[in-house]
Amino acid sequence: MSMSVTVRVAPIRRRPASWPALLWTAPALCFYALFALFPLLVAVYLSFTNWNGIAQAVWIGPANWLHFFSDPLTLHAIGLTVEMMILTWVLQTPLSLLLGVFMAGQQRYRAVLSVFYFLPLLFSTVAIGITWVSILDPNFGLINVALRALGLSSWARGWLGDPGLAFYVVAIVIAWQFIPFHSLLYMTGARQIPRELYDVAEIDGAGRLRKFFAITLPQLKYTIITSSIFMLTGSLTYFDLIWVMTGGGPGYATRILPLHMYITAFMDEQVGYGSVIALVLAISGIALSLLLLRVTGFLRMSSQLEGL
Amino acid sequence: MRLTRVLLSAFSLAGGRSLPMQAEVAPTALGEKKRAEKRTPEERLSRQRRPFRASRLIELIPACCGLLWFVVAFYPLLYMFMSSLRSQAGFYLDNPWLPPSQPTLENYISVWENGFSLYLLNSLFVLVISVALILLISVPAAYAIARMRSRLTRTIFNLFLLGLAIPLQAVIIPIYAIISSMHIYDTLFALILPYVAFGVPLSVLVLVTFIRDIPAELHEAMRLDGASHLQILWRLVIPLSRPALITVTIYESIQVWNGFLFPLVLTQSPEVRVLPLALWSFQGQYAADVPAIMAAVFLSAVPMLLLYIFGRRQLLTGLLAGFSR
Repeated sequence: MSMSVTVRVAPIRRRPASWPALLWTAPALCFYALFALFPLLVAVYLSFTNWNGIAQAVWIGPANWLHFFSDPLTLHAIGLTVEMMILTWVLQTPLSLLLGVFMAGQQRYRAVLSVFYFLPLLFSTVAIGITWVSILDPNFGLINVALRALGLSSWARGWLGDPGLAFYVVAIVIAWQFIPFHSLLYMTGARQIPRELYDVAEIDGAGRLRKFFAITLPQLKYTIITSSIFMLTGSLTYFDLIWVMTGGGPGYATRILPLHMYITAFMDEQVGYGSVIALVLAISGIALSLLLLRVTGFLRMSSQLEGL
Repeated sequence: MRLTRVLLSAFSLAGGRSLPMQAEVAPTALGEKKRAEKRTPEERLSRQRRPFRASRLIELIPACCGLLWFVVAFYPLLYMFMSSLRSQAGFYLDNPWLPPSQPTLENYISVWENGFSLYLLNSLFVLVISVALILLISVPAAYAIARMRSRLTRTIFNLFLLGLAIPLQAVIIPIYAIISSMHIYDTLFALILPYVAFGVPLSVLVLVTFIRDIPAELHEAMRLDGASHLQILWRLVIPLSRPALITVTIYESIQVWNGFLFPLVLTQSPEVRVLPLALWSFQGQYAADVPAIMAAVFLSAVPMLLLYIFGRRQLLTGLLAGFSR
């Protein structure tokens, strides 16, 4: 390592003074520091206090943090969050991948269908939540009306009022909302696969399924990783939809961590404890994406197109 | 700094390759046509000569699956639209799967008269000011990071990249505390300031990657002619970065337009309600009047629908910008 020091013979060209650069970035930095970085520090401070949001915050040391790991409601919320993470990944990934490959196809009818597939992306999460609440309505909703018409009245139920069902129903709606997004990513990925690979496979007499498993799937490896990272870390931020659809209920059935944080801090007025949950969310999000990057070897940047 | 490098490499692998100009991303009919033109004559010939084969029949399988997903993806939205055209009595009498028997626009009128126009204006105000501010401060910052390279600008860039990993939920409590202590709680500015702060990192990232790709020779040539940084920015960088500017504008607009958590926590009065929050309170207020709620929901998405109709490619590219995180 000391070698590198002695090698530096030629004087490094003097860099231009950096103060103009500072001036140019200053406005952006100010906003960003005040409302993104500084709050993170404040959150750390608040997590060691007892505060109801109005009176003076009182320093209480690590009590909130200790409480976090023994509070049964929090542990329940952590469990639900992990479950939600896995469930939404399993629901979304195969469908998004197939849809993306489907849309990447050249056929005219596929292009037309794609136009409709993306429509859910245009609506806010609140709009989607409200619409689904109405679709799932026990009396007049689409689902139960259809079930009754098909003679399956016994299957009709209050989908969001049943503590055993609400969680899964919410997961399905989340998948419905985000599948267009991820399939868009897969479509982009699939379109970048070189045609030559398919031409060669065709010469070798490979069928459609064979081509899908031997070419498309391996070539989409990085897209799968990227999309999965967004799905998994994204599931730590599901708030709007669940808040609108169930408010975390019935009981605590859909109270995943982001909702638990909001309810604790802003409704139960335990701001200090809420800050602990918020920080745990932030840390697990960052840790999760780093872990996934490491585990999948994403950083080795090996070429996908080797041998071409 | 390791983290930021990870984020950067994730960007360059995932979004970066496709982000700057995704001509071939959007599934428009136009794109398909271009693709067809690009085929060599031999390819076109072989396509025409291809006889009817079993493989054509096999196409029925994906086609049916595609149609099935069409129903799943589209029917809920169609239901929303059809319900918004029913009268309140009609909603209980009609079959919800079918179009309204007596379509009416009365829900749209009543929603509009119940403050919707105010909420729309509030949303527009927050959107325009936030996005304008984001562009105003991100463009010079991105220019400085891309063109005035030094250790300082690299550090600043890494700092911005760090921001991509901060979820809103993690800082919403302190932001509430800061906004309260600034005495702007329950004003539209309480929304604008944090929106700008959270819009900056991604905008800077997208713009820096784009500005870096502008040939350095052009920059040097203007420099030799004695142009100042400001002139270079105005006459060279901004005109050439139009695609990136459009992407950033669309992405940030969607974030602001559909954002729910900030308005929920940082505002309270009906006078400063923005659309997503208004929809949510409509739902509580008119729980029995589903057609009116559906009309409000549909109205709130009209700007996005227009954007989709007239600029589908730009919109989808803008949406994908989120993936560069």
